[in-house]
Amino acid sequence: MELTGLLGYLVSFLTFAGIYAVMTLGLNSQWGFTGQFNIGIAGFFAVGAYTSAILTTPGSPAYLGGFGMPFLVGLAGAVLASMLIGYVIGRITARLRTDYLAIATIGIAEMIRLFIKNEEWLTNGVRGIAGIPRPLVGTPLESSLGYLLVVAIFVVLVYFLLERAYVSPWGRVLRAIRENEPATSAAGKSIARFRLQAFVLGSAVMGLGGGLYAHYFGFLSPEAFRPLYGTFIIWVMLIAGGSGNNRGAVLGAVIVWGVWTGTELFTDMMPAQYATQAAALRVLLIGVLLQVILLTRPQGLLPEKPPRLVGRKQASK
Amino acid sequence: MNDILQLLVYGLVLGSVLSMGAIGVSMIFGILRFAHFAHGDFMTLGAYMGLAFIGVAGLSPWWALPAAMIGMALVAVAIDQLVYRRIRRTQPVILLISSFGMALILRSLIQLIWGSDNQTYASGIQFPWRLDWLGGLRLKPDHAWIVLISLGLIVTVHLFLSRTRLGKAMRAMSDNMDLALVTGIPAERVIMMTWIIGGALAGAAGVFLGIDTRLHPVMGWTALLPIFAATILGGIGRPYGAIVGGMVIGISMEMSTLFMPAAYKPAVAFAILVAMLIVRPQGIFKGTL
Repeated sequence: MELTGLLGYLVSFLTFAGIYAVMTLGLNSQWGFTGQFNIGIAGFFAVGAYTSAILTTPGSPAYLGGFGMPFLVGLAGAVLASMLIGYVIGRITARLRTDYLAIATIGIAEMIRLFIKNEEWLTNGVRGIAGIPRPLVGTPLESSLGYLLVVAIFVVLVYFLLERAYVSPWGRVLRAIRENEPATSAAGKSIARFRLQAFVLGSAVMGLGGGLYAHYFGFLSPEAFRPLYGTFIIWVMLIAGGSGNNRGAVLGAVIVWGVWTGTELFTDMMPAQYATQAAALRVLLIGVLLQVILLTRPQGLLPEKPPRLVGRKQASK
Repeated sequence: MNDILQLLVYGLVLGSVLSMGAIGVSMIFGILRFAHFAHGDFMTLGAYMGLAFIGVAGLSPWWALPAAMIGMALVAVAIDQLVYRRIRRTQPVILLISSFGMALILRSLIQLIWGSDNQTYASGIQFPWRLDWLGGLRLKPDHAWIVLISLGLIVTVHLFLSRTRLGKAMRAMSDNMDLALVTGIPAERVIMMTWIIGGALAGAAGVFLGIDTRLHPVMGWTALLPIFAATILGGIGRPYGAIVGGMVIGISMEMSTLFMPAAYKPAVAFAILVAMLIVRPQGIFKGTL
């Protein structure tokens, strides 16, 4: 491959890895911090992506849209819409145990996909929405590299925000709920409220990831939000990187995305008539990778390291 | 009126399929304490095993059914021994993640082996019976068999749970794990039996679904949400509840086509599920296994 081709590939790789890193960070604030099992990531991903797409695309008679708003407004809409969905589902499930939440979230993700597929007036159905604009048009940064920069800024922003949240007293309560719910409840903390806050925060971050995806890819259809791409890979990323650890979340996203795209290079060498088989083989590899991690290193590459607690009394001693 | 009766028949057929899946999900939840997300793909694999038996041995779908059930029971035990058993002592949620991964592994294996096109057990059209004494209701022989065989399997499971030592041990473990373990119940054998029953019934559900519709790598995954809805409706860990839940969900899904686009059939199961989570998360039945 020529050098420019290689560079282009690297930029595209890092952009996708960055978008997935945002999603994985969002999941980490739900699962890693609080132990809330959301397997409906694809739903929040889709809500964010479609909201941003509808807000920013030029007019079309085929679907709701034509608002032609700027990029940042689209992203803000994505965040707000997924927060709203997160709040509704969080209200229902914040008191429930893990398995119920898992079932409810996968249900909502499938419902959202069903809705997107069937409500053509809103989303153009299976034909999808095309021509989603990239930001920074007309500036020197109107390029793939420019968009990588935008994604990188958001990764860093989300990372620092969640890192602050993690070490804050609020994050401490979340970890306490995760480790010992009855004790935390006895200490007078409202379990349901903290859970809901963490869930909504995670949903907002996932919606942001969805928005970033829409503007990078430029085209959306319900296919992109199947549980495999929208949910499963993100779970593998977080488990591989180390749940509870924000750096682990980012590292996991880069590594697993590397494995995923690496297998694509490999299966591209297979004859074209085996295309579906090749795709299935890649999923199989990722699935086996997950099982191996769970069996051998369930804490991930970068295990969680809760900050040392230095209380005021201790410090004054 | 005729329409309603006809939809009721379809609902009973779908309900039978869902019940077969939901009994397994419910028992696995009761004994192993985790929601088994690969159960839908167990169904799919069962259906494709049936296809293989039909193709290789030239069996009819009905004779491929026991073969697929045995095959799926073996696969379920093998997966448990190979993967789930090793992580059973960690948090149950790790098992849940693992089963979610297992679902995708099975689905991609099925795609690798059989491809991702629609397939059918038998080509040709089946002529339905016309029941004039029931207002001209049309009943396909296949549908009658699905409901009857499901009934037979339910009775078998009931006899196993209520008459055998292992079945009683299973109920005890589902009811109160700690108490059951201190009274010396053979936990590993109970767990293995749970997978045998769950796997076999999932295999049956898959073959039924294959007979009723078509085979496709995501056929079981699509059924998973209604199955979970049935399980929760019946009260998690309660096989008898799962049967009632399966019937309620199956009939509601079919009846909903009277006033909703058929594309939203799965949404009906989900709406019932959410309503149940809000109103009564412990399910309709609060008895024991």
